[in-house]
Amino acid sequence: MKKAASSSYTSTTNACKLCKPLGACIAFRGIEGAVPFLHGSQGCATYMRRYVISHFREPIDIASSSLGEKHAVYGGGPNLKLGVKNVTKKYGAKLIGVATTCLTETIGDDVPFLLKEYKRDVEDLPPEEAPILVNVSTPSYSGTHMEGFHAAVRAVADQVATEAEKNASVNVFPGFMTPAEIRHLKEIFEDFSLDETILPDISDTLDAPVLEEYKKIPEGGTPIEEIRRMSGAMASIEIGRTVETRLSAGELLNGKFGVPAYKTGMPIGLRECDAFFELLEKISSYETPEKYAGERGRLVDSYIDAHKYIFNKRAIVYGEEDLVVGITSFLTEIGVRPVLCASGGQSGLLAGAIEEVTKGILPESPVVRHGVDFYDIAEEAEGLAPDIIIGHSKGYHLARRWNIPHVRVGFPIHDRFGGQRLLNIGYRGTQDLLDRVVNAFIEKKQEDSPVGYGYM
Amino acid sequence: MAIPIRDDENLEMNECSPDEIKKEILEKYPTKVARKRAKQIVINKVGEGCEVPEIQANVRTIPGIITQRGCTYAGCKGVVLGPTRDIVNITHGPVGCGFYSWLTRRNQTKPESPEAENFMTYCFTTDMQEEQIVFGGEKKLKQAIQEAYDTMKPKAIAIFSTCPVGLIGDDVHSVAREMKEKLGINVFGFSCEGYKGVSQSAGHHIANNGIFTHVVGLDDTVREGKFKVNLLGEYNIGGDAFLIEKLFEECGFTLISTFSGNSSIDKFANSHTADLNLIMCHRSINYVAEMMETKFGVPWMKVNFIGAEASAKSLRKMAKYFGDQELIDKVEEVIAREMPAVIAAQEEVRPRCEGKLAMIFVGGSRAHHYQELFREIGMDTISAGYEFAHRDDYEGRKVLPTVKVDADSRNIEELDVHPDPDRFRPRKTEEEMKRLQEEGVEFHDYDGMMPEMGDDKMIIDDINQYETDKMIEYYKPAIFCAGIKEKYAVQKSGVPMKQLHSYDYGGPYAAFQGAINFYHEVDRMVNSKVWKYIKAPWQESPELAAKYAWE
Repeated sequence: MKKAASSSYTSTTNACKLCKPLGACIAFRGIEGAVPFLHGSQGCATYMRRYVISHFREPIDIASSSLGEKHAVYGGGPNLKLGVKNVTKKYGAKLIGVATTCLTETIGDDVPFLLKEYKRDVEDLPPEEAPILVNVSTPSYSGTHMEGFHAAVRAVADQVATEAEKNASVNVFPGFMTPAEIRHLKEIFEDFSLDETILPDISDTLDAPVLEEYKKIPEGGTPIEEIRRMSGAMASIEIGRTVETRLSAGELLNGKFGVPAYKTGMPIGLRECDAFFELLEKISSYETPEKYAGERGRLVDSYIDAHKYIFNKRAIVYGEEDLVVGITSFLTEIGVRPVLCASGGQSGLLAGAIEEVTKGILPESPVVRHGVDFYDIAEEAEGLAPDIIIGHSKGYHLARRWNIPHVRVGFPIHDRFGGQRLLNIGYRGTQDLLDRVVNAFIEKKQEDSPVGYGYM
Repeated sequence: MAIPIRDDENLEMNECSPDEIKKEILEKYPTKVARKRAKQIVINKVGEGCEVPEIQANVRTIPGIITQRGCTYAGCKGVVLGPTRDIVNITHGPVGCGFYSWLTRRNQTKPESPEAENFMTYCFTTDMQEEQIVFGGEKKLKQAIQEAYDTMKPKAIAIFSTCPVGLIGDDVHSVAREMKEKLGINVFGFSCEGYKGVSQSAGHHIANNGIFTHVVGLDDTVREGKFKVNLLGEYNIGGDAFLIEKLFEECGFTLISTFSGNSSIDKFANSHTADLNLIMCHRSINYVAEMMETKFGVPWMKVNFIGAEASAKSLRKMAKYFGDQELIDKVEEVIAREMPAVIAAQEEVRPRCEGKLAMIFVGGSRAHHYQELFREIGMDTISAGYEFAHRDDYEGRKVLPTVKVDADSRNIEELDVHPDPDRFRPRKTEEEMKRLQEEGVEFHDYDGMMPEMGDDKMIIDDINQYETDKMIEYYKPAIFCAGIKEKYAVQKSGVPMKQLHSYDYGGPYAAFQGAINFYHEVDRMVNSKVWKYIKAPWQESPELAAKYAWE
């Protein structure tokens, strides 16, 4: 197998990652009554809002301390406190998640200390005027949006969960899934009669119905009371094979409160789903409900049906590391050859995880590249003769250049409709994904045909 | 507010006066915030000499109040320099800023040939890491410039600074000079760190200064054409500039350069050879026009190609400036050819749109320009405001001498420009200019948005999410115009929202054909029946049966 290698360039051309505070904002958005808050220049909040919104087609308010040149010189403390106060008053936030930016990290603002000072000032106020303040350090110059996401989840678990009585709940750290996927997770846990606390839960907050009156903070999100009790849960499940220990909320709760921590891959494809359902059986002591056996059976059936369309096709997969691992695992099973697995992330765990999910099946291991951009991906792809690319919207130019299909998964998706509703996890989600992948090949074949066959 | 369902038959105007509404909005603010916002929320009153009340604008946003505004970097790289296809734009900083400004504004461009350079689909960044924050980023920047040169072979490279760059003291300008010498191509830098200024407006100014210093005037070649113009402050979103270009060509104007929709650096370099500068977005680009006039003697006039009437008026003004009868006749011929389709479209949608209310909170010129289009189909802009404009964009340039320059604006350099000893050439004699002005052709002037809006209209600068909610609640507009950040919140309140930054993936809306597109788009939006289906018939709701949101 070729060793994982990072970029051969110093600069980055067409990045395959976003910046750290963005991930933190999305994670904070998945908590009940929470408002994400960026300590820095207001442009960061504006840029990230517009980006997150263009994917989810949902409002997301991210507050900012709106620092100017003066504050960059003298420190942003007063603006941070005033901003937190204004968000409390105008939004009635239950929790404000303060993430730093490159500006405030560079000038060295001590956010935990400033927030402690603020809390002291508002000590006597009733709870509705003194929301929970969580802070996370997210300098954009180190790590990607996924590190920011995990760091924020871990910070919430660290700063909100308190000593609690042992209870029968299960903590779930799903990583960056779509709202539809979070909804599916909830259904699965319910079917196993498990009482789950999913952190974060963006299923409603970033995919809300139009039914209700407009609320400044949408309903839904992980209930704060449940986060407090995470310390007493019977287990934690952390989804994602590339979550580093230092960013792991599961490990944190294990170390701090002795909650057993289980790690599992993103449940995409048969094998990762099987492992996931096995884990749930183990934790719940229930058998997998029939419903899922049916879904699994239909999935295997469709693997057989699909084979003739997709066997031996060559795929490039890119995006967030955990998602790349999940998609690669799935492709390996269906007879597609992943030839390049790439990510802008640098957890250092990607190559090992890809090896885990492909060994024994693929005749030749895929090239794995971490810390790369689309320029590297394009260079690497020369000679790989890909038939399809799978990943978010930023890879579109490669698909166009090579005239091959592009199946969209991950974040951001802003050249297709419904990115927030994509379902790739579970047997059911895998089925969805399989159908999309197969149809992408069929469509391409049909379009390229000079005759125009209607029976494929 | 209860359940917001639009039902136009049941929709009655709120009886509140603008004063009461303003009072109610301000009541919810802490005293200090209320005092500040009171100066930024103004009830319009137009005097006989077109004088309007003073509005506070271009001042810092209050922390924690969620604003529409972006940063200096966004104004410089994203807005002004982003739409130029053949400059490699390198963002010097961490990965986010470059990523978020990666062709997100939907600026279109048309390279001369399929092989011609177009770097707009690329996003170059130094992707600064901790090491650079600690030890400095100049070395990495130089490497990035070298790599961009090696892989792309561009004729120019521009460097855009993000927040950390100024803080750690990287000198992007000296790096630019060094690399310019080394590579033999034009390399220039912008100190457009996000924290400078109060909004993207500061970035526009910095971009204007840079492009004027490093590019304008580099190429003295006199191109063919009798009536040579530049179009400033048109960014070709949704293809607007393409329609205007076509119109100019048909009328007989020669377009030397656009700043900066569908532009190339060679055209900037040659732009001082034009004989007239036309300003669309006054806020973002007036600096270049002013400097070009001082240095090269090219006069500027305000035009507007948003709205059919406005387009016709602008073309006539341009023709009058050149004073050539053949040109004047040709312009009339083009207008006469275009107008019947425009009028037919107006007549088609007017019965369904007439009397409906619009609100526009966007930009530095669009909140003004788009009122024309609504007016043309009988809709009334009841409230409007800019995101990042200054007082002169609201009240007109006549207030410029009284605009207070605060610390934030003082941070932005004002270039000291003088007439070029060899190349300064007044395009008209003083008498000619005077005569034209007497005939109603105004130069270097912009009357602003407020004099054109009626009395009692609410003008709100830097509107925030809370005020947006309130305005919708009070006025129940048929359509609300802003950007994507506001779109989904507004729509969840039951009001259709038109994006006027990126046009909701639609457009073009400029000139005559664009106006027709816009009429149909607005007709589609304000007459959509989807809002009636928000509740299913089986969802019994006593409060819904009893009353509507605003009753």
